[in-house]
Amino acid sequence: MRISKIGLSVALALGLSMSAQAADVEVLHYWTSGGEAKSVAELKKMLEEKGHGWKDFAVAGGGGESAMTVLKSRVVSGNPPAAAQIKGPSIQEWGEEGVLANIDSVAKAEGWDALLPSVVSDVMKYNGEYVAVPVNVHRVNWMWANPEVFRKAGATVPTTWDEFFVAADKIKAAGMTAVAHGGQPWQDATTFESVVLGVGGAEFYNQAFVKLDPEAIKSPTMIKALNTFRKIKAYTDEGAPGRDWNLATAMVIKGEAGMQFMGDWAKGEFTAAGKKPGADYICAAAPGTSNAYTFNIDSFVMFDLDNKELEEGQNDLASTILSPEFQEVFNLNKGSVPARLNLSMSKFDDCAKLSSVDFVSSSIDKTLVPSMAHGMSTFSAVQGAISDAVTEFYNNDSVTAEAAADKMVNAIAAAQ
Amino acid sequence: MNVSSSSRQSLGTLLPKIVVAPTFVVTLVFIYGFMLWNAWLSFSSSRMLPKYDWAGFIQYEKLFANDRWWVAAQNLLVFGGLFIVICLLVGLFLAIFLDQKIRAEGAIRTIYLYPMALSFIVTGTVWKWILNPELGIQRMVREMGFESFSFDWLVNADMAIYTVVLAGVWQSSGFVMALCLAGLRGVDENVVKAARVDGASMPLIYRRIIIPGLGPVFFSALIVLTHIAIKSFDLIVALTGGGPGYATDVPATFMYTYSFTRGQIGLGSAASMMMLMAVVAIIVPYLYSELRERKQ
Repeated sequence: MRISKIGLSVALALGLSMSAQAADVEVLHYWTSGGEAKSVAELKKMLEEKGHGWKDFAVAGGGGESAMTVLKSRVVSGNPPAAAQIKGPSIQEWGEEGVLANIDSVAKAEGWDALLPSVVSDVMKYNGEYVAVPVNVHRVNWMWANPEVFRKAGATVPTTWDEFFVAADKIKAAGMTAVAHGGQPWQDATTFESVVLGVGGAEFYNQAFVKLDPEAIKSPTMIKALNTFRKIKAYTDEGAPGRDWNLATAMVIKGEAGMQFMGDWAKGEFTAAGKKPGADYICAAAPGTSNAYTFNIDSFVMFDLDNKELEEGQNDLASTILSPEFQEVFNLNKGSVPARLNLSMSKFDDCAKLSSVDFVSSSIDKTLVPSMAHGMSTFSAVQGAISDAVTEFYNNDSVTAEAAADKMVNAIAAAQ
Repeated sequence: MNVSSSSRQSLGTLLPKIVVAPTFVVTLVFIYGFMLWNAWLSFSSSRMLPKYDWAGFIQYEKLFANDRWWVAAQNLLVFGGLFIVICLLVGLFLAIFLDQKIRAEGAIRTIYLYPMALSFIVTGTVWKWILNPELGIQRMVREMGFESFSFDWLVNADMAIYTVVLAGVWQSSGFVMALCLAGLRGVDENVVKAARVDGASMPLIYRRIIIPGLGPVFFSALIVLTHIAIKSFDLIVALTGGGPGYATDVPATFMYTYSFTRGQIGLGSAASMMMLMAVVAIIVPYLYSELRERKQ
């Protein structure tokens, strides 16, 4: 018995090391939490079915910051992984370094242009050719609400910012926290971009955060958005600064707080707590943004390798990632929706169904906008500059909205 | 004969050099070499990845025009100044009290020195919980019945930097105490006895005789505390995360943010050069005075 066990493990070890000797596709990612790790295991299985080895290169922590640091050192030393999880305009930055592999042949063969909304496929291309493949679409402009809190306070779930403050006042008067907020710069920026979208609309949002137009940023609309944003602070609790987003979500789950502004990864927390959408929690677009959609798309970028044997593995990986099977199983685990259009959403919950419908309709209405707070609309330097101005304004009451807007313009100019 | 003895002699003089050589090379490359590399980057236009071109002082110009940098620099002054002064004072008084031949001195000494054994990450996390208004002191006092009690330094952008001082002092004053205690133990008993015979009071003896005699101890403590302050990174990350907003940013966290998460390596390098200059400004006079003393 014992011997056979040892024999088995030796055989396994041999088998593993042998499969590691065949050219493996090394994939750098930062999906290490429960649901995410499950999704990655699925991808690994699918790739292995196509006859490629998978070499896992997971770097946890910091929303990918640590992973990016490791990636830079690998690329600088001339030894990049086959694929890495990189998103948004950073793809262009990497493209300019001239280190990416072209996967246009797969994209052409499978007709990706028809499968993806153009807003998404533009992000995946460098110089008009595909270098990256999208995995999922997160909607950022969500508002998560606890219906029990609203019922107790006699408030209704708001659809405009004016209604929001009425409802927030009622919740506050009933002795509960109206808004569960985590006071970290990226969370401040997440809430802020929803306010800008709600107050100014998608066109204004694009003008300010994608085109970085100084006129738009200094306009009365932006001043109004800034003042609305700061007004929210009065409805948060004292423990908010520095709080992690999932702890803020927990406040909504436990009924200590009425609502939270956060992307749809918050849904994972509700699901893990055994809550049902519609009954135990409400997912609604942030006030004034129901016809718009701020997207945050995770994607994998392929690197140009010396070992050309791996090219086929990279192409198969790209094709697998965009396959309907993977898109479905991955996004069921992750809480996001498939990037690929026209997939059946029957297995998804109501929040994801709403997200998917809005994704399609907003892409037709041109109200599908990239998330500034999550680095989808600008390079990271500019994103940081905006985020600095926003978070300083929110935390320091002596800064006026006009001064914050001026600061934003100057900081953006300095960062470019 | 002659040859072999000279070769043996040269081996005798060479051997220490050979043994030390690897360390020397490693230090040269990994400390001074990287300093130079960093200096080069700070004059380049590097953004996401290092680039080796010449961009002049543009990164420094950008740095000095950056509001956040000045917040960070000012925080370092506030934090560094208070941290060093309070640590020295608290450490000195603890040492003086411990030196009164009290019972269980060993145990008490260990208790005060123990925070030093923790990492700044642990210290920061613990103090974050203690100072959080919804979890720690404020809540405890309010639950005791003082409803209007307020202690929200951690979440107040104007006061948050002082919580960093508090946690830093808690961690490091035990270290100063140990240094001072060693210094106090080195004071000649006879001098103290003679002073007492002359009718001097104990406070006077401490003020005029013992504490001035601790000069070198203070100096060592000052050097160590100063570079802890300039390098401080982990304490801030754990305690405030640089927040609220970026109110408690210091040059080290600033440098990390710009170099590694915002793809502005050139700007980050310029910031670290400024930190290096701050350290140099302190170390060079120290080395100079040390070397001059040795010459005399």
